[in-house]
Amino acid sequence: MQLFYHVGNYFLFLGKVFSKPEKIKIYYRETIKEIDKLGINSIGIVAIISVFMGAVITIQTAYNTENPMLPTYLIGLAARDSILLEFSSTIVALILAGKIGSNIASEIGTMRVTEQIDALEIMGVNSASYLVLPKLIATLVFSPFLCLMSMIVGIFGGWVAGVSVGIITTQDYIYGIQYAFVPYYIVYALIKMATFTFLITSISAYHGYYSYGGSLDVGKSSTKAVVRSSIFILLFNVILTQLLLS
Amino acid sequence: MIEVKNISKSFNDIPVLKNINVLFEKGKTNLIIGQSGSGKTVLLKSIIGLHEVDNGKVMFGDTIFNELNFKDKKKMRKQMGMLFQGGALFDSATVEENVMYPLEMFTEMSSSDRKERANECLKRVNIINANKLYPAEISGGMQKRVAIARAIALNPKYLFCDEPNSGLDPQTAILIDELIKDLTVEYDMTTIVNTHDMNSVMEIGDKVVFIYKGEKWWEGSRDDIFDSENKELNNFIFASKLSQKIKDLKSQF
Repeated sequence: MQLFYHVGNYFLFLGKVFSKPEKIKIYYRETIKEIDKLGINSIGIVAIISVFMGAVITIQTAYNTENPMLPTYLIGLAARDSILLEFSSTIVALILAGKIGSNIASEIGTMRVTEQIDALEIMGVNSASYLVLPKLIATLVFSPFLCLMSMIVGIFGGWVAGVSVGIITTQDYIYGIQYAFVPYYIVYALIKMATFTFLITSISAYHGYYSYGGSLDVGKSSTKAVVRSSIFILLFNVILTQLLLS
Repeated sequence: MIEVKNISKSFNDIPVLKNINVLFEKGKTNLIIGQSGSGKTVLLKSIIGLHEVDNGKVMFGDTIFNELNFKDKKKMRKQMGMLFQGGALFDSATVEENVMYPLEMFTEMSSSDRKERANECLKRVNIINANKLYPAEISGGMQKRVAIARAIALNPKYLFCDEPNSGLDPQTAILIDELIKDLTVEYDMTTIVNTHDMNSVMEIGDKVVFIYKGEKWWEGSRDDIFDSENKELNNFIFASKLSQKIKDLKSQF
């Protein structure tokens, strides 16, 4: 019953979020702020994780393809496909669920328990829309850049690791990442990333918005937001993979 | 004028408000008093629509507020100002931005006009040279005053204050009380203050409504309190030895 309550309430919440904004100018300004806070501030963590993951994928692939029958450029190809198909969207989204999901839930949750949301409501502001819509737009706008950046940095990390450890030459790696390239994989990754970003932002905002109590409860909401966002990312990963690749 | 007619409210089948009828008069400071847990905050939040009442009417003038749709409620709320217990200032905005917020959201005023009006409101509540500070950088009393400045920025018809003196020292509490009282007269507002501070009752209580276990137990002016024989009211108001002494002294004259 609790599940149905939350599902229903979540969609009612989204209805409030997508209602007509009071003043477009203010929403625009807030969106720009959120792009900076949630998007640009995530570049560092995404880049660091991508470079190391790219390196690990390359080394592990080399370790698993030591058969002399297999050409070494396959290491580049496998690293590219792993990064494009799964890592730059799903793994990055899981990391973002931890970073921006907890940020959104705790920010909105704190506003709830300190009555700042009530203050907005009393003024006649649609608080759900005002607080969440700019975050949703910001993350949706910025997530393709993070995804593309993760792909580039991940492949770069794989090259650095592969060449410096001596498991592949630069020529083979470049040949491998160009070999049998399917541009649709990028579209697939971007669609997944956009879906995951929407889930992270809306689920986290929902948990923050319906926080109650004190700081302890805000912490609990923040944890719930991260856990549930992660579960839904994994669930939608399966659904989208079946829909888009089969 | 605000009138509540037969309003009731329950949470999980536990009644918190039971058939309350009160008239809050315009241009007066109306106080809701009662023990913690008596239902006064629920009453205040029911009046302003943060809680949906189970039955009864909340009338703002001739308008039945609790029966309005979402859109009309939003319009009506632009006539309301509220001072929350903790101030409820926006953490990420400066003092000036907090006061300018309703002006920016609901008026077409130019940036300079907004700034001028915000400064006018801040000056009115005696906040000077703090425009660029963030709420975390000012004292609790100042936060309350900034919240009052934000509440009056749009010249509201109705002002609601939830425990305006909580967490303040007696001197600052008196300043806040006086400010609320003065602004009520100045803006000719209907003001409802939710408090359990007896100094506030004696200082600004033009009309006092005592809530006991979710029911309206007593109402009258601050002067009527001394003559009241209502046992629960007396137990509540004259709980301290000091207030008991004041009552005894007053009865001697």
